[in-house]
Amino acid sequence: MNPVLQVRDLRKSFGGIVAVDGVSFEVEEREILGIIGPNGSGKSTLFNCILGQLQPSAGDVRLDGRPVTGMRPCDLNRRGVSRTFQLLQIFPQLTVRANLILAGQEHQGSMLSRLVGRPDAGLSAVAERMLGFFRLEHLADEKAGGLSYGQQKLLDVAMAFMAGPRLALLDEPAGGVNPTMLANLRERLKAINTEQGATFVVIEHNMEFVMTLCDRILVLAEGRIIAQGAPADVRRDPTVIEAYLGRS
Amino acid sequence: MTWSRKIVSVGILALASAFLLFAPLGLKPYGIFILSMWAVMTIAAIGLNLTLGYAGQISLAQAAFVGIGAYVTGWLTTKGAWPFWPTYFLGFASCFVVGWLLGYPALRVQHHYLAFVTLAFNTLVYLVFRNEEWLTNGIYGLTNVPRPSLFGYSLKGAKEFYYFCLAHLVFVSAATWWLIRSPWGRAFVAVRENPIRALSLGVDTRRYTLMAFAIGAGLGGISGTLYAPLTQFVDPTPFALGLSLNLLLMVVLGGSGYFFGPFLGAVVAVLLPEWLRFAQGYYLMGYAVLVIVMMAFWPSGLLGLADRLLKR
Repeated sequence: MNPVLQVRDLRKSFGGIVAVDGVSFEVEEREILGIIGPNGSGKSTLFNCILGQLQPSAGDVRLDGRPVTGMRPCDLNRRGVSRTFQLLQIFPQLTVRANLILAGQEHQGSMLSRLVGRPDAGLSAVAERMLGFFRLEHLADEKAGGLSYGQQKLLDVAMAFMAGPRLALLDEPAGGVNPTMLANLRERLKAINTEQGATFVVIEHNMEFVMTLCDRILVLAEGRIIAQGAPADVRRDPTVIEAYLGRS
Repeated sequence: MTWSRKIVSVGILALASAFLLFAPLGLKPYGIFILSMWAVMTIAAIGLNLTLGYAGQISLAQAAFVGIGAYVTGWLTTKGAWPFWPTYFLGFASCFVVGWLLGYPALRVQHHYLAFVTLAFNTLVYLVFRNEEWLTNGIYGLTNVPRPSLFGYSLKGAKEFYYFCLAHLVFVSAATWWLIRSPWGRAFVAVRENPIRALSLGVDTRRYTLMAFAIGAGLGGISGTLYAPLTQFVDPTPFALGLSLNLLLMVVLGGSGYFFGPFLGAVVAVLLPEWLRFAQGYYLMGYAVLVIVMMAFWPSGLLGLADRLLKR
């Protein structure tokens, strides 16, 4: 069986600066892969190259064995790949419910059928389930811009799962979230992984969060993979410790 | 929406509808003409509100589309002796297509750069209207544009044609209401608020941006096809940049991105100058001061202000 995601020798340079330098890895079905690394190690650039937000300078990205390198983000999303961004990305003027429906509507029928069909694109029930799942039901009709940061973060993540993606790439889902909300988020992500069979790639700085969430960790430094393996092994790896803390 | 807000909204809507239905009975033909002009300009402003207010794409070219619609109907019903309805659909369709094409620069540039692109387009269209005499009759314009009849019933009279314009306004409003409540409306707002996230959620931002331009322009075209038989005379002057700015004022003043914004904005831009005529030479100055004060204190427009007051 093919892995869900295959990245081969991916490179991205901006002028003379090489942000991603020949990164190769695979993600298996239902796996939760964590990507860690110091600031500026190329994690977000790697995501943006995989997801079509940036055109890679070289290399190959495959989804279920099919090449998707440089494909537009909206086309990639309709093939079952969703993402969150490092900074919060919601639609503040829309209600929480409308944010969720928007996140799934483009997967429903054709553009014309969405115009003449139901205003909710038939997604009210799915949105309701997602609201319950992320414990946001009491905020359904509030404008998303009026929510607390933690609640917005939950909405941000919930939106990534509205269309039932095969693969979700989450860029720092725990960033700026308080400890109570964090436990809630981890529990929700684990539940989606087991219940929906979704595969995750997670960039995270919060070590405790990433080590307890992920099955496997990949460590980036200066655009290259310097280590990978089970969380416990990576934590002890001297090259990883050196990349984070420097040579003594 | 709370119950009190619902009751206030429905009450205002009922009063406004009653006024629009019965006002012509007590008005002289000029008053009815102005009210018809309000309905026609509101349709163009609804189009611009879709492009600017919902999809967030600035356009200073709406007057060009009103002009294209007016010339299509004006030319074909006079020189071509066509009946009104085919010219109506052609006016809409041609503006839709040209609007779609004008949307392409919006895929590359935004904000004031886009404003200049659309401004240049408006100037270009105006120059074609004025200079290409073989096509548009130049500054002499097209005279005696006929008013249509409906099922054999003549709409020549001021009152009859007013109700015809009003019926169009109702139809355009209902269609726009449907559109903005549909997934398309949500996608337009997504393009305005966060195009990068929208793209990552499968929203084809290119196609929706072009569509917002095309539909907005198409409504400008409908407005133009009604403008021609309303004034019964089509010349280039009304479709210069001034009208585009005025339509922009209607959208922003009424409340950009509010469904009823253009209706109210057109009241201020079309009807208010007429009501202020008693002040003679000072009325335009008073009007200008009013606009400055409103924009300085209530930048979200009249409906934005009403929204804030009702929330208290």
